[in-house]
Parts: sequence; C-alpha cells; structure tokens
Amino acid sequence: MSEQYEPVIVGFLCNWCSYRAADLAGTSRIKYAPNMRPIRVMCSGRVDPQFVLKALRNGADGVLIAGCHPGECHYVNGNIKALRRYTMLKKALDQWGIEEERVQLLWASASEGTKLAERVNTMTEELRALGPLRWHEKVLADNGAHRVPVKEA
Amino acid sequence: MVEEKEKNMQKEKVGVYICHCGSNIAGTVDVEEVREWAGNNPNVEVARDYEFMCSSTGQELIEKDIKEKGLTRVVVASCSPHMHEKTFRGATERGGLNPFLYEMANIREHDSWATNDKEAATQKAKSLVNGAIERVVHHEPLEKIPVEINPNTLVVGGGIAGITAALELANSGNHVYLVEREGTIGGHMAQIDKTFPTLDCSACILTPKMVDVGQHDNITLLTYSEVEKVDGYIGNFEISVRKKARCVEEELCTSCGICEEKCPAQVVDEGYGAGLGYRKAIYRAFPQAVPGYPVLDKENCIYFQTGKCRACEKFCPTEAINFEQEDEMLKFNVGNIIIATGYDLFDARQIPQYGYGRLENVFTSLEFERMVNASGPTGGHVVLRDGETEPERVAIVHCVGSRDKNYNEYCSKVCCMYSLKFAHLVHEHLPETEVYDFYIDMRTPGKGYEEFYNRLLKEDTHFIRGRVAEITDADHQPGEEGKLIVQAENTLLGKQQRVPVDMVILSAGIEARADSEKVANLFKMGCDYDGFFNERHPKLAPVATMTDGVFIAGACQGPKDIPETVAQGGAAASQVASLIGQGTVMMEPVRASIREEDCSGCRICNNLCPYNAIEFDAEKEVSEVITALCQGCGTCVAACPSGAIDGAHFTNTQVMSELQGLLWDVQPAPEKVNV
Amino acid sequence: MKYGYYPGCSMEKNARSYHTSLMAIAEHLDLDFEEVEDWNCCGATEYFAINDIPAYALVGRNLAIASKQNGSQKLVAPCSACFLNLKKTDHIMAEHKNVNEKVNIALEEGGLSYQPGTVSVHHLLEIIVKDVGLEAIEEKVQRPLYDLRIAPYYGCMVPRPADMESFDDPEHPTSMDTLMERLGAIVVDFPLKAQCCGGHMTQISEETALELIRRLLKNADDYGADMISTLCPMCQLNLDAYQDAVNAHFGTDYHIPVMYFTQLIGLAFGIPEKELGFGKEIVSAQPALRKISDEPPQKKKRRRRPRRRTGLPMPTMPEEG
Repeated sequence: MSEQYEPVIVGFLCNWCSYRAADLAGTSRIKYAPNMRPIRVMCSGRVDPQFVLKALRNGADGVLIAGCHPGECHYVNGNIKALRRYTMLKKALDQWGIEEERVQLLWASASEGTKLAERVNTMTEELRALGPLRWHEKVLADNGAHRVPVKEA
Repeated sequence: MVEEKEKNMQKEKVGVYICHCGSNIAGTVDVEEVREWAGNNPNVEVARDYEFMCSSTGQELIEKDIKEKGLTRVVVASCSPHMHEKTFRGATERGGLNPFLYEMANIREHDSWATNDKEAATQKAKSLVNGAIERVVHHEPLEKIPVEINPNTLVVGGGIAGITAALELANSGNHVYLVEREGTIGGHMAQIDKTFPTLDCSACILTPKMVDVGQHDNITLLTYSEVEKVDGYIGNFEISVRKKARCVEEELCTSCGICEEKCPAQVVDEGYGAGLGYRKAIYRAFPQAVPGYPVLDKENCIYFQTGKCRACEKFCPTEAINFEQEDEMLKFNVGNIIIATGYDLFDARQIPQYGYGRLENVFTSLEFERMVNASGPTGGHVVLRDGETEPERVAIVHCVGSRDKNYNEYCSKVCCMYSLKFAHLVHEHLPETEVYDFYIDMRTPGKGYEEFYNRLLKEDTHFIRGRVAEITDADHQPGEEGKLIVQAENTLLGKQQRVPVDMVILSAGIEARADSEKVANLFKMGCDYDGFFNERHPKLAPVATMTDGVFIAGACQGPKDIPETVAQGGAAASQVASLIGQGTVMMEPVRASIREEDCSGCRICNNLCPYNAIEFDAEKEVSEVITALCQGCGTCVAACPSGAIDGAHFTNTQVMSELQGLLWDVQPAPEKVNV
Repeated sequence: MKYGYYPGCSMEKNARSYHTSLMAIAEHLDLDFEEVEDWNCCGATEYFAINDIPAYALVGRNLAIASKQNGSQKLVAPCSACFLNLKKTDHIMAEHKNVNEKVNIALEEGGLSYQPGTVSVHHLLEIIVKDVGLEAIEEKVQRPLYDLRIAPYYGCMVPRPADMESFDDPEHPTSMDTLMERLGAIVVDFPLKAQCCGGHMTQISEETALELIRRLLKNADDYGADMISTLCPMCQLNLDAYQDAVNAHFGTDYHIPVMYFTQLIGLAFGIPEKELGFGKEIVSAQPALRKISDEPPQKKKRRRRPRRRTGLPMPTMPEEG
C-alpha cells in the first residue's frame, strides 16, 4: 500500500462523448491514474452545481466535469449551459477559498481517450500537491456555521 | 443546501453480480473480495461473481435469482453500458422485473483496463459497485413510449444519393418528398462525363433514374426549393419548405426552350458549368433536366435589374412566364428524414503556388469534366483556355487540397481514380498528346480499380511520384518558354523535375458543403471538424445519426465514390423502410417531466430546451414538457430553481445517492455530514 | 510609435540609401526608432552553418541589450537576414531549454541575460504595413507613382519559415504588392517574388548566383516591370550590383533598377530624391522615374456581357484583402 496521499476525484462524464472517451481509454489499455471515479450523466448540461458541492462535501478532493466539444453536443448545446454554470460555480468556490484546480471542466469527444486520461493524470498530480480538501474544516466551522474567509482585495 | 427527498421506502433486495470477464477484470480486480464486500451492504440480498455475465448462463443467474430470491433490483459490475446495458436489461426483464430497475458498474473500461495497480483497481471497483447499489435502490420502473411512424419521408438533396433513396422508398409503396435546392435534380453526377472504372457515360446511367423520379406517383419532387424549418421528432416531423419562384408556371410550360434561346442575357455558368461555360438568365441547367421547366435567375435577368426586355415572355408560346410569381411556403408531415446534400469541390484558388485563377491553362477537375463532356462548352474537345488550341502535353496533379495539413488532412478517396480517368480521356481525345500524372500514392481500392490503373500504365501515361511544389510560367531553361512548368520532386528517381506542359488539371479534393453547419443545426445533427455530418457510429451505423429518425447518405457524410453513395442511399432507405414497417417505435423513457404543484411558472426552462419540448400553459401558469419531443438531456432538470423538474432515470436523488456510494471510503464522519 | 531599431551592418555601408530613406519617412509615419546600443553583427547566413551555439549567443547579445533598453518593445530590423536571425534565435531559445541555458551562460560573461519571448522581433515591412497601416500611408501620398510598373520582390527570408508565424503568406506574399498599389503604382505579376536571389553565393559560386539573379531579372522583364522594389540589402545588392555581370555572362540586356520600398514610399510622399538616396544605385533609376505620369490611369469600363468569341471564361479571383 503506497504511503502517498491519493486524491479522490469524482468525474461527471456525459454519455455520448466523454464517457465513451473513458471507454476508449480503457479499450486502448491506456493506463492512467485510478483516482477518478466516474458518474454517468446523459449530458454535461445535467450537472447541477449541487452535485459538485455534494461531491466535495462528501469527501471528494476534486471534481471533473467532462462533456462534448462546443458545437458537438448530442443535445445541441447542453455543454454550453454546463459551461455557464461551471463559470458561475467557480466564482462561488473561489470566494470560499476552494483552489482553482479542484473543480475542472474538460471537453473530450468520443475519440479522445488519451486526452481524458492525460487530464485525469494531470489533475491527480495537481490535487496531490494541494493535499486533501477537508471541506468541513475549510468551509464549514465545527459548530456548523459557515465560515467565509475574507479574501484580500 | 441540498434538500434530499425523504422517501418512505421498504428495503430493496439488490442482486449484485461481479463479472470476471475472463481475466479482463479478474486479472486486475480482486473480484471475490469485491463480491464479499458488496454482500455486506444492508441493501444487498445476494452477491455473486461469475466468469462471463453476458453469457446465457450468466444471464440466467440473474433471472433465477430474481424469481427465487424475490430480488427487486439488479446490479451488474462488468463492462461499459455501451456494450451490455441492453443485454442485462433484457435479463432483468425476463426475470420478471422492469428493465429499468437495473444499474451497471463499469469496472472494466474504467477500471481494470485502465490501471495496473491491483489494490487501487479493487478499491475503485468497490466504489463503483457501491455507487451503483446506492443508486439502483432509488430507481423507478419506467415504460418505453410508443410513437407512431408517419409513412412519408423527406429526402433532402436530389443527387444520386437522394435519388436512390427516394426511388427505393417510393417503390416500396411509401410517399417521398424530394427537396432539391437547384432547378433540377442530378447533382454532381450530372456534370460528369464518364464514370470510373467502367467509363459508363454518367448522364446515360443517371438520367433514367432522374426520369423515374420525375414520373413516380409516390414522389413529390420539389426543385428550386429549400427546407427552412424542421419541428418534431421521429415519426412525426413537421417540415416547412420554401419553393422559390422560378417565374415559370409549371402547368403551362412545355419545356420547348424558346425562352432560353431568345434571352439576351448571358452569364458565366458557375453552377452546373463549373464556371467554364455560359448560360442565359432564364435557363435549364442541362437539356435532360428534371423537371424540364427553366429557372429565371433574377440577379442576372435584364428585366429584374433594369425593367427592360421581357423577351422570354414575348416569345413563350404558352404564356408560361410569370414575373410576378412569388415564393411558395409548403408545410407537410413526415416520419423520417434522409439528408443527401452532397459535397463542394475544394477551392483551388486557396493554393496560390498552383496558379489556378492566375495562370490561364490551369483547370480544376470539374472544369475539365465539363470540357471533355460532349454536351459541354467545347463540344467535348480538349482545348486550352483560348477555346481553340489543343495541348501537346497535359499534367494531372493529385491531392490538391487533400492530404495536406494546410488545407484538408483527409484523403478525398476519388481523386486518384478520376485522375486516371482524365488521363485516359486525354489519350482518347488526343492520341498524340503526352500525359504526366503527378501522384503521392495511387489509391485504387474498389472493384476493377487496380485493373484500370494497369490499363493506364499500358497507355503510356507518364507517372511521376511526387507532390507538385509549384506550377509556374516563369521559364528558366530552353524549351520552357510559353509553357506551364510543373515542378515536383520525382521521389523514385530522387531528383527535382521541371516538366513543361501546356495544360494542367488540378485534382481538387472533396469538401463538405459551405453551409453544412447550418444544415446540421436545422436538422439537429452534428458536424465533425471538416464539416461532414456525424454518423451514429463510423463502422456500425454509417447512415444513421445521433438523432432518431434523421439519416444521412452519400458525400455529405464523407468523401466517397458513386457505388458507395448508391449503397448508402439504399441503406438509409432500408432503415427508414424498416421503421415504417414497424409502424410504431418504442422510445427510451429517459425524459423530463414537470411537477405541476412545484412549478412556479418562472419559465426559465422554456428557452433552455434545444428541442423546444417545454411549453407554457398560460391558464394554469405552469410549464409542461412535451414528452415525445424531450430527448432526456437533463438541462432543464439542473436549471429549475424550484427543483420542480424530474429527469426520469437521472433524478437528483439517484445521482446524489450514487455520489455518496462512490465516496464510501472518504466520507467524513457522519456527525459532520448533513449539517 | 516607439520601436527598438536594429540596423545591421549593411545599413552602414552598401544599403546606406535604405537607411537614409527610412529616416526620411520615419517622421512622416510617426515612427520613433531607438537604436540598440552597441549592437553587434547578427552573424548573417554563414555563422549558423558553422557553429550554432556561438551564433545564437552572438545574436542573443543583441536581444539581451534590446530587452534591457527598450523593455518588451517591438524590435524592428530592416534587413531580412538580421530579422530572421533575431527572430529565429528568440524562437529557438524558447523551444529548446538547452540552447537557452548555454546562450545565457555565454551572455552572463558579459553581464547580460535574455529571457526568450521578451522582445518581439518584426521586419520593417510588417511595421509599415500593419502598424502604420495602408490608409495612413495613402493619405500622405502627395505624388502618386502613376504608370510606374513595379515588381515587388520579397526575397526568400521575410515571409518564411511558415511555422514561425510569418506575417505574410510564405508562398505568395502580398503585403508589399498592396503597399505599392496604394502608392499609385501598377504592380505587375511577379511569380518569382519570393524566390532566392542567391545571397552570398556570389562569393562562393558566382555562376550559381548569376543564374538565380538572371531568372529574377528575366521574370521581371517578361512581365514588363520598370522597376523592382525590394526590402533586403542582400537582394538589392545582388540584383543591382550584379546586373552587369549577368548581362555579360548570359548576353542579356537588362536595365531594371532595384530600389528599396522605403525610397518609393518617400518618393510618393513628395520627399526630394536626394534625401532618399536616389543616385546611389548602380543601375540608374532615372529612366523608370521619368515614366511616372501625373495623370491617374483610366479606369477600364466593365463590359456588361463577358462574351469572348472563342475563349473559355477564367475563374474570378476573390478581392485581395
């Protein structure tokens, strides 16, 4: 058992592109970090910011949202909506002091297995360097009140 | 924070099946350990591991357990759902449960195949299985939705692909609407002189089919028309077509051709003539046009530009010319759509070093097709741009715009063959002329293609293996004055060669139509980076698209030759015929629905739906999902501020439970969660 | 606008008129040049072929001084070889860590250092055509060069290599063509506009070089050019100074003056010829200059019916941007 800290990443993969990309990575026997645990959604547009927050609250150190390239969404433009939500979510996370690298967005088409694998590898290393998230200590105080760190102007 | 639905449910009995997949999974993941561990989950009634779950024995395990142990849910941990979700849903159903009470954990593609670390793989497998168990507990039984298929079909594009598809369907007794943008059907194949490798006269094999289409009772031919709007879903599409005004009354016109003769306005024929010939402002593209009614080109018509002339009207014996004619809007319903919009030729003006457009005697392939065609502007004589001189030496350049990182990286498939065809035709028309063929590779994969190549070798064509660097008129050496010099490296000799010729033919590649993205959006399809339409699966479903009920055929899917195009046209037609034959199609029940009592009427969801599947009921002041239009993407579910929309099979509860299950080993202590 | 300025060795001697004309028009174009202090030779074409690291270091010194002096200002080089060497060195130092390391070790000896990417290197033509802009130039034209047929010659270096983000098309550059048109001149088609002039081959194998020069002169002559406009001191030298040698060797009779494009800009601005270095050229420009008329060329009427009795129509070319 490696003594190294292993970050846990939850991946929201869209059924038509990024999930198939992950399948392709496996079929091609590309070995990459096992730290990403995928959840299948039909479209990246289904990803509710609440899912991301729940993942982080329940112990995940990072979240990867992966969808089709803009213009290629199976449902026309669900990925664009995902992008909008993601952008707003990042602003909120930033105010809570959550590091940028913890929630990431990736466009990966069904043929880009390597790209997905590479991103998982990169993200794993980035999170390893940052250390565990420990949401309850960082964002929620022990007594349950929200502690919002004051950001320097 | 999140409100989780508290559901008062009795404990479910989940059957968990861990597949070994031979050594594919078992070689990396400790399947017995996972099975044992899964068995400890309070929801799990029975946990098994087996070598090949997808085999009939494996499936029977599931069916037996459901019946004997009264299972209420099933989880199989094996390969990707894209492989066997259908298989195991079938087993679940045969066991007596609703097929949607099944969930799959992908521990092969996403786990055992993606890592060599056995401990990590087993740990990840446990997470994935746990996620599936926690999720499946919240699954609801769902029923597939029946949709009736309208037996009419829309075929967009009247080239050989569209014609084939239309005839196949029409002959099977179903009605077809064939919409073509130009004034006549025929497409690019009508421009071609002879087709490789048989050297059939293209028009001779095409025109009988065109006539069939024109006369068929089951085909409504709408030429000079374009589809403007597509609403609906498979089995029930509402199509709006704009029939542009030709300014000719179809019931009165006899196709006598007098109007064309008398018209004084002559313009360069950029369309059918590939820019090499002329046509009048009122014209039929070619004499065998179907339908035979001419089209009036308002931009070049003297009357429409200056108010004078009207010669065609004066001379028409049946008074069929009508300058006041307006565009007609047509609406009709179809069950399926076949897109066969064809291709554009690569624009060789983009490559300045080949001199097309600057140097007179550089021609593109389509220009040469028109030249060598007996009904073309030169009566079939191969001549230089001056219209008279016969070339003594002709160069044919392969891969113009294709296999080129600067333009299109793909191979256009047909150019090698048609270049050989041109070489042969030049030999035929001008037996004394020398032909130099500059190629990179000779791609001749079809039936009779390699034999055709050998024939050309025997006909004394000079083949030079080298990509042409430059075509120039700057002469250096004696013997080059007044000629076009083709410079290429002869890779077989290892030398640079400068070949002075009189005429150059550029074998330009095939590109997607310039407006393919617009068309794709119109029909809710996708395009790839090169603009060709996306097929559902490149190997197993080349004519279907991701959108049910929309099919593609021919060059619009990718460069291909005529036999393949015809095959695809037939394939698309047969898939449509199959749907029509089924009469009713069962659609996936993964759709959204709005809980009226929770809807606040904010209408945020209305504009988010790409399928316009959400309507607002003004009386009740709530939004409603049109189930048949909904494709189940879930965007509205995520967007609803009241949480009033349920995405069947992907509800918030299901996804959140899966999340919690996935993170079983890193969950913070219970007293810290749900604060 | 302020720019760092790297003149290069040729501007001092054989390309003096390039320098003179550039300074003459600089004020009109609102170009403020700050010369790189104590700049050294760029190594021309030979050094890189012999020993690359010292060659990069040689050029790197100029970049280092420029970066200290002008910060991240744009560095302009009027000579094509200097331009290419500066740009190439910056690019290679950015791409290859070991080159960067070694060059900086060498620079350290002189108390300098250079971080690749600090200075952006541009050729003079790019600055004039892109930064100043064709509209601004056209406005200042006092004496349009009507009826003068010019063949714009770019030489091989300026538009290449293609993968280093050249500012014009590597096969068929058109920026100087458009510039000349805006000055009122007639630009002739000159297909060999981006072909090699022979460079230093005049010193190494004169026959080879003369053949290359002959081709260029012949092509310009075939298309009826009165004058060749150029932007590289080497090209100008070869085409001008060796024109007599070409005539002697091949028995041809070319008399095509080769001028710098800055001289032509100055001429069109109405600056007196003496201030632009006219008269320094070997093949006299006077016969060509006498062709400049005061009357603008007649606009050809477009025929309504493009009917040619026997010919086939040519494809229409899109408007040049």
